[in-house]
Amino acid sequence: MSLHVIMFSLLAILAIATGVLLVTRRNPVSAAVSLILHFFALSGLYLTLNAQFLAAVQILVYAGAIMVLVVFVIMLLNLGKEQNMRENFNPRTAITIAMSAALIMQLVLTFTGNPTGKNQLSAASEKIGSPAEIGNILYSTYIFPFEAISLLLLVAVVGSIILAKRTVDK
Amino acid sequence: MPQNIPLEYYLALSAIMFVIGAAGVVTRRNAIIIFMCIEMMLNAVNLTLVSFSSYLGDASGQMFVFFVMAVAAAEAAVGLAIVLSLFRSSQTVYVDEVNLMKW
Repeated sequence: MSLHVIMFSLLAILAIATGVLLVTRRNPVSAAVSLILHFFALSGLYLTLNAQFLAAVQILVYAGAIMVLVVFVIMLLNLGKEQNMRENFNPRTAITIAMSAALIMQLVLTFTGNPTGKNQLSAASEKIGSPAEIGNILYSTYIFPFEAISLLLLVAVVGSIILAKRTVDK
Repeated sequence: MPQNIPLEYYLALSAIMFVIGAAGVVTRRNAIIIFMCIEMMLNAVNLTLVSFSSYLGDASGQMFVFFVMAVAAAEAAVGLAIVLSLFRSSQTVYVDEVNLMKW
């Protein structure tokens, strides 16, 4: 059993377990913590796929920026005390679990039914995951989407400030 | 136990993660947890893109993941601002108690 297989198995189990925890925890803070663990597991999975740059960006952007924002909002809203007034087991939950199981079965069967014969990483993958190669492609082929993304982020910053701003009392 | 991981294993894992996230969006009522489940679904798709990119030796998949991450960051900022202003106007983040758009 190679290291790749061991790492994939461990990280896949961790990713699925933390995903289930995220969906089932009632306290928003523990859900957020399990989502952070989920992002770390995904970052490890990116490393098994030789995508080093994306693994680093995953931790920086998701675990570092987005989840800090989410945790700040949870703390700001002080949601802890009203958690147990809702979210009991109901028919909707049962139907969702049944439909999810069916959907997972279908997707897994679809993906594993016709093997692609791709059993190992391509030799080029060691090169294309590196920051240098990503930067080369980003600033040549994908320069227009890159600029568009920067505009989108600017619009998002302005929009979120306007949305979250307290309205002035007259 | 195989010696190498076939591409299908990654695809199946990402399908499972996507469906768990979708189930969370459907069942949960807390807007912030719904929001986190959407992030998880985005990440499941990212895993699919990265695994195709690495197994097929094409860098385009990783570029798409980069852009998806940037869009997710923008979405996080705007989405949480909406949750904040929602909480200010109606004192709740439970989506079934919000009926601003109902007529």
